[in-house]
Amino acid sequence: MIPDHAMPMQGLIGGLMIGVAAAVMLLALGRIAGVSGLLARTMRISDSGAPWMLAGLFIVGLPLGAFIVSMLAGPVETRFPESSLILIVGGLVVGFGTRLGSGCTSGHGVCGLSRLSKRSIVATLCFMAAGFGTVAAMNAVGLNW
Amino acid sequence: MIRTAILALASGTLFGAGLAISGMADPTRVRDFLDLFGRWDPTLAFVMAGAILPMAIAWQIQRRRAAPLVSSEFSVPSTTKIDGKLVNGSLLFGVGWGVAGLCPGPAIAGLALRPSAALIFVVAMVVGMAVHRGLNRFVAPSS
Repeated sequence: MIPDHAMPMQGLIGGLMIGVAAAVMLLALGRIAGVSGLLARTMRISDSGAPWMLAGLFIVGLPLGAFIVSMLAGPVETRFPESSLILIVGGLVVGFGTRLGSGCTSGHGVCGLSRLSKRSIVATLCFMAAGFGTVAAMNAVGLNW
Repeated sequence: MIRTAILALASGTLFGAGLAISGMADPTRVRDFLDLFGRWDPTLAFVMAGAILPMAIAWQIQRRRAAPLVSSEFSVPSTTKIDGKLVNGSLLFGVGWGVAGLCPGPAIAGLALRPSAALIFVVAMVVGMAVHRGLNRFVAPSS
């Protein structure tokens, strides 16, 4: 059932690390590990949320952790879209949408679903459905980078 | 203060390492997860399952505790209202996620792996956030 190009074990292990990281945020610092909200706080474009230093250090940790993995385990596969336009449009819509919807894959997906929050369940169903629909639509018009 | 700083950095670092190990720092793999009718890649589902497990336990512990370990109180969302903002914002986020195969965490982690491409996305994302804030202030100056 699982295609050969999938990485179920790495996915599960990496996922556990993400979940433990989010658990540390919650149980030690009392905060939700929601990346979009913490980024907004770091960039000072949100009036409420975690203290600036806490948010900023978490955000700085993300590339630091990825860098450590690439040092210890060798190059990490990163097949980005070639087109700057795709990156710009995607970034703009993700930035706007995550603020309007109060969260992204980490806040609603990981932290909210695990709490059985109704808002996060609705949010996750919405962004999953929109993601599936968008990729299908892009494929249909030949925008499959 | 120093404990807060160390724990926040450690949490972010572990989170970023998890993203890199799980394959989620690879936009093509994420896009393949969303490509149900094409080269479907279920890896993201394993990542979500792995991440939700420790967090579900963490929420059970949180309910039994008065305060977090190094902070005076829990600051967790208490809103329960399902409104147009939540639905429309999440739909928009999903569109952007599908367009580029990137959500905020992997994009920021990607700054260390593919700096030039990740930076374009991250800058655009911050601009998108700022536009939302600007519109919000314009439409509802009181909030």
